[in-house]
Amino acid sequence: MPAAPPLTDFEAQLVALRPYLMRFARLQLRNETWAEDAVSETLLAALARPQAFAGRAQLKTWLVGILKHKIIDGLRQRGREVCSDGVSRDDDEDPLSSMAFKADGHFAELPADWGDPEQDLDNRQFLAVLEACAERLPPAQGRLFLMREWLELSSEDICKELDLTPTNLYVQLHRARLRLRACLEIHWFAGKPVT
Amino acid sequence: MMPYMPLKRTCREVTALVIAREDRALPWRERLALRLHMAMCAACPRFERQVLTMRRAMGAWRNYTLEADADEPPAQDRADARDARDARDAPTR
Repeated sequence: MPAAPPLTDFEAQLVALRPYLMRFARLQLRNETWAEDAVSETLLAALARPQAFAGRAQLKTWLVGILKHKIIDGLRQRGREVCSDGVSRDDDEDPLSSMAFKADGHFAELPADWGDPEQDLDNRQFLAVLEACAERLPPAQGRLFLMREWLELSSEDICKELDLTPTNLYVQLHRARLRLRACLEIHWFAGKPVT
Repeated sequence: MMPYMPLKRTCREVTALVIAREDRALPWRERLALRLHMAMCAACPRFERQVLTMRRAMGAWRNYTLEADADEPPAQDRADARDARDARDAPTR
């Protein structure tokens, strides 16, 4: 039986970056099979066109760029499924109602002063908590939120790709952002670890 | 006394507008109402600063995750987060 040919240097580098790519694919897609598909397609595309990488500064940056395109393709193909699963669970509560408002619509207490953000933005642990909080969003909300914040798509493009009404999108993003705010408040600004 | 104040918004409404602004352009009337409310409210500007911090934090996260030292999943950092936070909050003696 002939031995498998040894990996080229380029192939070995790609294989080594697979876990890194899976982390983002999982975070964005919230589905193991979808994530595996997107990452496999990314690595295959990179293997097929190694010359496209020549001269680029960072292999990682190049791969993430390809991954984002593969993920957008995957999201488009899955269409309604992307934002329909878990909707009933996602819908059960408006996070605004968890904030303290008086009957007349005014804040019952001052929102916390989060202090000097510069200090936090440079902090690895803060960014880790931020990512953990995004990971804890309900699946459909998390996908839509990261389409805005990681894929950096416009709201119009998200509606178009997923055949979603703007109202529906804005409700989900509103909830995702308030959940994220609450999570950061509890797990970072009030000093409790994410479990 | 004005029986109808088309530009008056409650904190709850302003909070929703501040969040909505992250994902869509607000109509001019809402932008104006927002500014008027911010000028005379102590609570909403704080909420607005939180939302701006989150916006910048997501940008910092995007850049950080492409850096060379961002290979490890941040899960490993979580246990350290509290220590870091405690250290930051420790009173200076």
